[in-house]
Amino acid sequence: MKKSKKEIAPDFFSNKKKGVDIKGKLVVGITQVAVLLIIAILFVILGIIVYEGRERFSWEFISSFPTNGMTEGGIFPALIGTFILVVVMSIAAVPFGTITAIYLTEYAKENSKIAAAVRFSVRTLAVVPSIIFGLFGLGFFIQFLGTGIDKTFNGGELHWGQPNILWASLTMSLLTLPVIIVSVEEALKTIPRELREASLALGATKWQTIKNVVLPGSVSGIMTGTILAVSRGAGEVAPILFTGAAYYLATLPESLSDQFMNLGYHIYIMSTQSSDVEKTMPIQFATTLVLLILTLSLNLVAVIIRSRIRRKAK
Amino acid sequence: MNPILQEKNNFTKESLKKQFRLSEFLAEKIISSVAFLSITIIVLIFVFVFKESLPLFSFVKKAKENTEIQTHTGAEIEKYGESEIKTEEIEPETYGAPAEDLEPETYGTPTEELNPVASKIEPTEPETYGIVTEDLNPEKTYIQEVVIDDKVTENNEGADKTWSTFFTTEWVPVSEHPRFGLLGLLIGTLKVTLIAMGIAGPLAILAALYTSCFASKRVKEIIKPIIEMLAAFPSVVIGFFALMVLATFFQDIFGYDSRLNAFIGGVAMALAAIPIIYTISEDALSAVPKTFSEASLALGASKWQTAFFVILPAATPGIFAALLLGVGRVFGETMIALMATGNAALLSTNPFESVRTFAATIGAEMAETVFGETHYSVLFFIGSLLFIFSFALNAIAEFYVKGRLIKKFQGK
Repeated sequence: MKKSKKEIAPDFFSNKKKGVDIKGKLVVGITQVAVLLIIAILFVILGIIVYEGRERFSWEFISSFPTNGMTEGGIFPALIGTFILVVVMSIAAVPFGTITAIYLTEYAKENSKIAAAVRFSVRTLAVVPSIIFGLFGLGFFIQFLGTGIDKTFNGGELHWGQPNILWASLTMSLLTLPVIIVSVEEALKTIPRELREASLALGATKWQTIKNVVLPGSVSGIMTGTILAVSRGAGEVAPILFTGAAYYLATLPESLSDQFMNLGYHIYIMSTQSSDVEKTMPIQFATTLVLLILTLSLNLVAVIIRSRIRRKAK
Repeated sequence: MNPILQEKNNFTKESLKKQFRLSEFLAEKIISSVAFLSITIIVLIFVFVFKESLPLFSFVKKAKENTEIQTHTGAEIEKYGESEIKTEEIEPETYGAPAEDLEPETYGTPTEELNPVASKIEPTEPETYGIVTEDLNPEKTYIQEVVIDDKVTENNEGADKTWSTFFTTEWVPVSEHPRFGLLGLLIGTLKVTLIAMGIAGPLAILAALYTSCFASKRVKEIIKPIIEMLAAFPSVVIGFFALMVLATFFQDIFGYDSRLNAFIGGVAMALAAIPIIYTISEDALSAVPKTFSEASLALGASKWQTAFFVILPAATPGIFAALLLGVGRVFGETMIALMATGNAALLSTNPFESVRTFAATIGAEMAETVFGETHYSVLFFIGSLLFIFSFALNAIAEFYVKGRLIKKFQGK
């Protein structure tokens, strides 16, 4: 079809009427190169990190403590610290994110100003630089809330008013809130209108409809959101730089008021502030590999669940 | 204020009339109030990040009070009615001494840098024209009024001079006479942003163009998730890769002196910005109505001509938004900047020199500062600048661009 069109109608932009469109091929080729370049870079990064990290990567590396001034040993405490961080973060962020998404899809009217403001602030939260969350965590959670708690309950003794795992997790939960909201909202939108209408027609109230029809249908969306949020939270370092991450701890954190080690932070300090960067290079690459496996596999799971939701919606 | 109840009326008038269900009423109230949380968080971030930088402003005031009215406290209280308590609290400690030394300095320098913002500030503090001119950021004045009655922490030595050093190029926060020259940092940040966007922008937009206009549906379904996978790379991983691999690689090619520099940082940040720009501009390109391309093809234009001369111009506002958000990402990126830019605030235009960005400065130095110190406040001040900047970028991307886009597609 197109070919015949080309032959009949004079070429619109250039005066060439016949022959191979070299310019067109070139232009399409350039865009193709851009795509290939990006994909190549991605696989080069992956490849180098896997290649360099593979020699130290072992079960022992994952399950043992760093020894000898962090120049040997494993990353167990950093892994556990990251795990606690994302768990506490999810506990804080998932309910709030889900409820906000329910509000936006079920309660907010099409052109309500309030809903628009909520949407705008969710999007703003998503683009605020992560270091700002770190500053906020320091200014609000530690200096304001923590010190406030200490003053009223502990008689001024410093306990909560310093960096710890709770404040770091809460800071991180603010950062990941938009991720959850967007995923849940997307999932809620795929629930057919007819289901809601059927429920309402049977005499259920709006709240009953949400509780018994809408929420069960959005479980997979909540899961996707949580997984994406965990993947994001596990990789971010800037927000926890001064809200709780520690350089080295000999023991695992015992309560929420302890500091913790973190995978991303571990990579950062090992590669920039370690006493012997050259010597610990394999450890750094292996740690990066662990973090990358963690975030990429979580992302992959989320993508698979999400595509299933979409297929179901069709 | 009550969209819930209204909506409820639409659907379940009957049940509402019959009985009032307390638990449901409460649940719905809770839902709508939780939804406001995100708005609250934005406001709180703004207030608290700014609050910690407030001592700077109180010292601006004090410095100018010293220079203006060298007499006594009484006059000031009249003048600054709202901030009465604060001025009284801080006043006595450093009142006498700095006044004399300060006057020539603070008056001399700022007037050279004439700033349009000054006229905006004028109404609030009419007599203090000279000093406040240093203030680059127009928004700050509004906030100053809003948050001013918050508690103000005490500052240490050399604080009155803080403002006069903001427009120098030296960043020496820890010394006898700390200097907080933001210019060097600003230039560093701009340099890295420019390099990163120069790489990421064209690459991502071309890739988006290929995906939405040329690629077959099957290829598209493979390409898109792979490129978006790049977004799942934590920035610390990209920073680490740049530090360990890219830096050595590019040094071997170009043979420059400093291994970590603006160029390496820019390349690494481009990797972080590509998925953002790609995703948003791909969406914008796909959102262009089919009728546009069909009309163009029907007129005899080839596929690539349609893509470049019809679809791309139609999606310009969306691509602009994508670039804005990319800039926002690069501007505030901390870990990559910390690890790959070398962190030396040099003043040069050479892309192969070390630079220091705003975000990296906060990340590197915040842990070493003492609560309430000038240095601490300055870092928070930089933070609020970053926040305002990213907020503004997002607002532009959101309102201006979307409005344009809708207008365009409706053919107005």
